[in-house]
Amino acid sequence: MYTLRSEFRMAHSKLSRRTMLLGLGQAAVLGALGARLIYLQVTESEKLSDLSDRNRLDLRPITPWRGIILDRNGSELAFNKKIYKITVTRREAGDVAAILRRLSGIVPMTESEIGERLQEIFDHREHIPVVVADEVNWEQVAAVSANAPALPGIRADVGSQRIYPFGSDFAHLVGIIGRGSREDLGDDPLLELPDFRIGKNGIEKGLDSFLRGRAGSETLEVDAHGRTLREIENIPARTGRSFRLTVDNSLQNFVMARLDGLAASAVIMDVTNGDLLAVASSPTFDPNKFVSRISQEEFDRLNQDELAPFFNRPTRGLYPPGSTFKMISALAALEAGLIDADSEFFCAGTFETSTRTFHCWKSNGHGVVRLTKSLSESCDVYYYNLAQLVGIEKISEMARRLGIGVRPVLPMPSIAAGRVPTKEWKVEQFNDPWVIGDSLNSSIGQGFVASTALQLTIMTARLATGRSVRPNLVLAIDEQNRPRSDFPDLEISDSSMELVRNGMFEAVNSAAGTAYSSRTADEAFLISGKTGTSQIRNITAQERLTGRKTNEELPRRLRDHSLFCCYGPSHEPRLAATVIVEHGGSGSQVAAPIARDLIMRAHYGRIPPLKVYPAEFRDQIRETLIRLRLRDPAGISS
Amino acid sequence: MNTDAEFGASLHGFLQNLSRINWVLIALITALLSIGVLALYSVSGGSFTPWASQQLLRAGLGFLLLFAVALTPVRVWRELSPFIYLAACALVVAGFFFGTSAKGAQRWVDLGFVSLQPSEFLKLGVVVLLARYYSTLPRDKVSRPLWVAWPAALILAPAALVAAQPDLGTSLLIAASGAIMMFLGGVHLLYFIATALLLAGAASVAILSRGTSWQIFQDYQYSRLDTFLNPDQDPFGGGYHITQSKIAIGSGGLNGRGFLQGSQSQMNFLPEKHTDFVFTTLAEEFGLIWCLILLAFYFLIVVICAVIALRSLNRFCSLLVLGLGGTFFLYFSTNIAMVTGLIPVVGVPLPFISYGGSSLMVLMIAFGLIQSAQIYAQRR
Repeated sequence: MYTLRSEFRMAHSKLSRRTMLLGLGQAAVLGALGARLIYLQVTESEKLSDLSDRNRLDLRPITPWRGIILDRNGSELAFNKKIYKITVTRREAGDVAAILRRLSGIVPMTESEIGERLQEIFDHREHIPVVVADEVNWEQVAAVSANAPALPGIRADVGSQRIYPFGSDFAHLVGIIGRGSREDLGDDPLLELPDFRIGKNGIEKGLDSFLRGRAGSETLEVDAHGRTLREIENIPARTGRSFRLTVDNSLQNFVMARLDGLAASAVIMDVTNGDLLAVASSPTFDPNKFVSRISQEEFDRLNQDELAPFFNRPTRGLYPPGSTFKMISALAALEAGLIDADSEFFCAGTFETSTRTFHCWKSNGHGVVRLTKSLSESCDVYYYNLAQLVGIEKISEMARRLGIGVRPVLPMPSIAAGRVPTKEWKVEQFNDPWVIGDSLNSSIGQGFVASTALQLTIMTARLATGRSVRPNLVLAIDEQNRPRSDFPDLEISDSSMELVRNGMFEAVNSAAGTAYSSRTADEAFLISGKTGTSQIRNITAQERLTGRKTNEELPRRLRDHSLFCCYGPSHEPRLAATVIVEHGGSGSQVAAPIARDLIMRAHYGRIPPLKVYPAEFRDQIRETLIRLRLRDPAGISS
Repeated sequence: MNTDAEFGASLHGFLQNLSRINWVLIALITALLSIGVLALYSVSGGSFTPWASQQLLRAGLGFLLLFAVALTPVRVWRELSPFIYLAACALVVAGFFFGTSAKGAQRWVDLGFVSLQPSEFLKLGVVVLLARYYSTLPRDKVSRPLWVAWPAALILAPAALVAAQPDLGTSLLIAASGAIMMFLGGVHLLYFIATALLLAGAASVAILSRGTSWQIFQDYQYSRLDTFLNPDQDPFGGGYHITQSKIAIGSGGLNGRGFLQGSQSQMNFLPEKHTDFVFTTLAEEFGLIWCLILLAFYFLIVVICAVIALRSLNRFCSLLVLGLGGTFFLYFSTNIAMVTGLIPVVGVPLPFISYGGSSLMVLMIAFGLIQSAQIYAQRR
């Protein structure tokens, strides 16, 4: 017991000694800290206070210019205008309300506007400059500067405003910029600037990180009142990259004018390299209104419009492709060796399965149908027979090979992938087994199949070239052309491709073809194409008996979609075009003539001369062309 | 009747325990927390959101935690010490797999209801475990190589884990508080001298390795050193913290610029001003006198810990309280040395004042342990 106690005592006294030593060390550190504080806050205080107070360093970010966007010929689709704006910094202003009233002597503001601005100013922290007037003129800026002593906290700043000179033509493709929301705020310090704008949709969003540029900074010596004494350092901002797109401004204008009044999308592509020459969505809106302050009423009107003008149809609008899908079903059967050019099926207008009757669009039937006729006259029964032979898996595989159901890669947000169904997909989605009727519907592009106009254009380009054409929107970055690579072969036999192409040629150029009235009369530029009329409702047996309702008799939302995809010239394809008119009616009557006009305008590079149209349509076409509201109406021959 | 008597006895015991709590320590902690809330109120431009109100709430919860830990008999903590240590290590390892990273370091584990910075808990784990180790180790073994290697490994393993996060600052501090424990445990001074020499050698190797293929540390760690040695060379990048921090502290002068009047703090010149650099706001707005008072508060806490420790007859309690006090000293002195530009920026919060949940919780647990040692240990 005694030894234990002494053991403890010795240990404890050693602990006390060590504690003392540690305490001494800590006291020394504490002394050093105290001395350091005294050094900074007494000895150096005056110097450091100088830096902080009388000559305060003010590190101000410099907003970079946003990169410009050009069309393929160098016309500006989006650029920046220098504007002057007036900001107030609450901290420096003191009595903000009084200062704003004084300011209204130079920049007119009503009492209620002053109230709004005050609200905005007090929403921000007091050292943040808040814009109280933008788009002020140079005289007003000069007046503000001259009256600086009476207007503390008020500064005139140079800013930039995004201008979209072709306004509504490119509203969807080029997109718009706007204030970033909380989720958009990333690491970029620029985003902390209250008036910084980021891309909200279209190319502006897809390429936003490149268009933004990099912030610079200027270090200023400012006095206690925020007045600049001198500039210490200036790291210039780096302007965002400029992009030259593949689209053609005047062609796009023509396309938009031709679609005016419709809910429609159109895409024109150069099939040799995938360049998208026009990507149009109608109806549209003026993006410039979003850059300055858009009125709430106007926004509501656009946002609630039944035709959804904000919706980017060519890349996001999904429609059943209808008969434009038939080339895919035909190729699937040909490549599987199940049919050849001479295989015949008889169309009596209906097709019976064990559970229900399927109808051809032509109720009294096409008679004996071979492949070419099946495409040119668009016989549905022929494809019901094919679907039973081939099965959905091969059709879906062929669809993906041609780009349907595969999300195209373009620098734009939310591009739709479309859909080609498989048996597993249906089970997973609806917990319902695949039935033969699903295959039949799919084979004519109805049922579960869905595609965008962009995808149908890709399909058409691939059919025309036999290559795996991919769409391209960017021609050059900072005026450096982007390298191009050849597209790989689709690996579909030439004989199958030729048969399908021949069917598309006959659809436009044979008298019985569904698009015969949309043919051209220029031997050097004949086109091949396929119509599509996609149904969005079931036609009841009752209705078939009493006579089908025409589209005009139906409410808009139940009318058929009208589709046409085509390429030309047929003998050496260079261009492909797709038009989808939402609830437009029949493909041959609505979409086909529009698509013909578009591809011809793209081919001739101007309004085509009337002689290249068949004689019987010239008057009507002239009427149409004259009525177009084009930016530059020259070139319509009388 | 009987149960009433038992209840009466246990209530009496509870009140007695409560009365044994060192209330001066509680008062000092409350004072520091209040200063912290004032500072956070100030750095958000005179607003309780987003930090001050949150910190107040956490302080309240923290006190509950402190009392819960304090009123649990200290022998329970002694028995649990290996598990505390292992759990802290496991949390750090979990951080590698499930953690989210902040500024290039994997430091956070999300437990669903709260985000933890697991390395914070290691500080406790190492001290608690070593206090137990040295309370049982016979005195004649303390300086034998094998019995030195053991605790050294127990310190270096978690330090290496934290360094791999990578969070070199915290890793060094864990190693340092481990070293304090070994020092208090009575390890021969020659070991410390030898280690210091070895470290000096290693440091020169590490500096020489820079830019070679076998470079030992991350680039950012070297650039922090550069920044420390020459903050003016890159005043917008790495040197920005230190330059602006010194300006803020210096412009506070003797009496400060007044609450909410610090232009450096109010005008966004200071990054991290609510966390690691919160001291600068206090220095700018309250001046030297209050800075020294703050230092005095901190030191008083350390001194009270030493008194509690040396009065205790239980070796585990003494070592635990001294170790926690020493670690506490390490943290506030490192932070103040960092923001005043005496040492490189290592990313260490200012105890009780910086905004941060994990750090505050760990501090409250630590002071709960100190109180528990105070309540339950025999005293002379």
